[in-house]
Amino acid sequence: MIVFEKPKSLTDAPLHYCPGCTHGIIHRLVAEAIDELGIEGRTIGVASVGCSVMAYNYFTVDMVQAAHGRAPAVATGVKRSDPSKIVFTYQGDGDLASIGTCETVHSAARGENITIIFVNNAIYGMTGGQMAPTSLPGQVTQTSPYGRDVATQGYPIKMCEMLSQLDGASYLERVAVNSVKNVKNAKRAILRAFKNQVEGKGFSLIEVISTCPTNWGMTPDKALAWVEEKMIPYYPLGVYKDKYAEVK
Amino acid sequence: MAEKVLMKGNEAIAEAAILAGCRHYFGYPITPQTEVAAYMAKRMPKIGGTFLQAESELAAINMVIGVASTGKRAMTSSSSPGISLKCEGLSYLAGCDLPALVVNVERGGPGLGGIQPSQSDYFQATRGSGHGDFHMIVLAPASVQEMAALTMKGFDLADKYRMTSMILADGTMGQMMEPVVLEAPEPVVYEKPWALTGTDGKRPHNIVNSLYLVPEDLERTNFARYERYRTVEENEAAAESFMTEDADIVVVAFGIAARVSKNAILAAREKGIRVGLIRPITLWPFPKAVIAGAASHAKRFISVELSMGQMIEDVRLAMDCARPVTLVNRAGGMIPSPDEVLAAIETAQGGLKA
Repeated sequence: MIVFEKPKSLTDAPLHYCPGCTHGIIHRLVAEAIDELGIEGRTIGVASVGCSVMAYNYFTVDMVQAAHGRAPAVATGVKRSDPSKIVFTYQGDGDLASIGTCETVHSAARGENITIIFVNNAIYGMTGGQMAPTSLPGQVTQTSPYGRDVATQGYPIKMCEMLSQLDGASYLERVAVNSVKNVKNAKRAILRAFKNQVEGKGFSLIEVISTCPTNWGMTPDKALAWVEEKMIPYYPLGVYKDKYAEVK
Repeated sequence: MAEKVLMKGNEAIAEAAILAGCRHYFGYPITPQTEVAAYMAKRMPKIGGTFLQAESELAAINMVIGVASTGKRAMTSSSSPGISLKCEGLSYLAGCDLPALVVNVERGGPGLGGIQPSQSDYFQATRGSGHGDFHMIVLAPASVQEMAALTMKGFDLADKYRMTSMILADGTMGQMMEPVVLEAPEPVVYEKPWALTGTDGKRPHNIVNSLYLVPEDLERTNFARYERYRTVEENEAAAESFMTEDADIVVVAFGIAARVSKNAILAAREKGIRVGLIRPITLWPFPKAVIAGAASHAKRFISVELSMGQMIEDVRLAMDCARPVTLVNRAGGMIPSPDEVLAAIETAQGGLKA
């Protein structure tokens, strides 16, 4: 009896992510959501620039690779071309909250019926660990070698909080994948974000707090602990907006 | 036969795109091309199409990429400063081998420049529309009727060769009104097995991508793409020749500059000067053979441009600098007058006698 299988929507290509990186978990959650909703054949994914640039090799669905920050605009085009398709983007923090802030904000404001998976690991991973828009105050990176100085390098951007002010956004939730409990909760949120699109409920964005042991200079278990101790207090988990929340 | 209507060049482009089957337009306001967007905003909702005013030129071209990746016809339009912003997307369109139509109704530059007509984006359109090795098919209309015809042709060439077609029109072409006959072209079906239509569980996934981390792979895609470009150069270069058969002097000009030049040529012919016009209709591929052919009998060439002299390089290269080429130019939104062109023709004629 098989008790644990690879989701159908993941290819057999070996992931290129560093040991201990939680991108793999998030890929799996996305694939599980696609499987469970039975939408693999009509889903089109948009990969971005950063560590997840090669996501197009890992999902079995049709994929397009977008320029840095432009995934929500490309997704808008794909969705407008055929609204019956399920369109998602998979973006990192540099992509979504720095170079692509404009595209993120406006796709939310338009209420585009798309799903955005926003992976926030507080650093630019692919280029070797530079300061991200989401790097914490005091965080040491290659381009903030003395720690992020908010006086000269500004403050992190809290995307869910910011986007929650937009009437166009439908569902915004911040989750993490640093513990079994949090992974299960992240799965629920990601599934919901795809389900919303299937039901035509508009713009959904799930911010997933993720790890980067390599560029944080930590062992994988220390990185998971750093998420709990440093990141989650700065980026509180929870629902920031839900137009279709069930009344309890 | 469709009836003749009076239209602005920008509106003719918009209606022609719709007749060519384009149902997805993404734009951003900028003078002097905004009528394209305004026309699309009116028409698209009535025919089940998409008009979307994007948050930026960058977003607009990336929305075009999104639609193009699904295999449908999409377009955007802008003017010079906006096209600079679109250059990132133009490079990705080329790298992904996606067909699309982009319209540039040029204004003077550099920088914010002005809002009057210009042809100073010639280099950008034919040589440097983004990073990396690539070309676009660049079409240069010289009348409102041609704005429509080349828009339709641009979509076909884009689909045929999986390239971006650019309509490079000076602001005059966009703003002026002329009678035009608009007829839907015979639809041609282009197979797009690469398009993202959803696997439907029946085929392996399609990937639209421009990333190749293995240099051998990236080199292969570049060589293959340039092989295709060679076919375009062989088959698609187009020019109008006017009174060139016996010409000692040949004026080369496109867009509004060609129309001004025609008047000057007729006036020069009255004076007994044997002068003709070559009007490139495709700027890339440049009609090299037509220029080289004329150089077999013509002794002098004159390039007339609304720029500091950009096409003049292609004129010289087309005939390996076999004949002297002089430049008649205005810049910054100014247009050369027929008298200025005539004076240059007469100077060239004087040079022949000397």
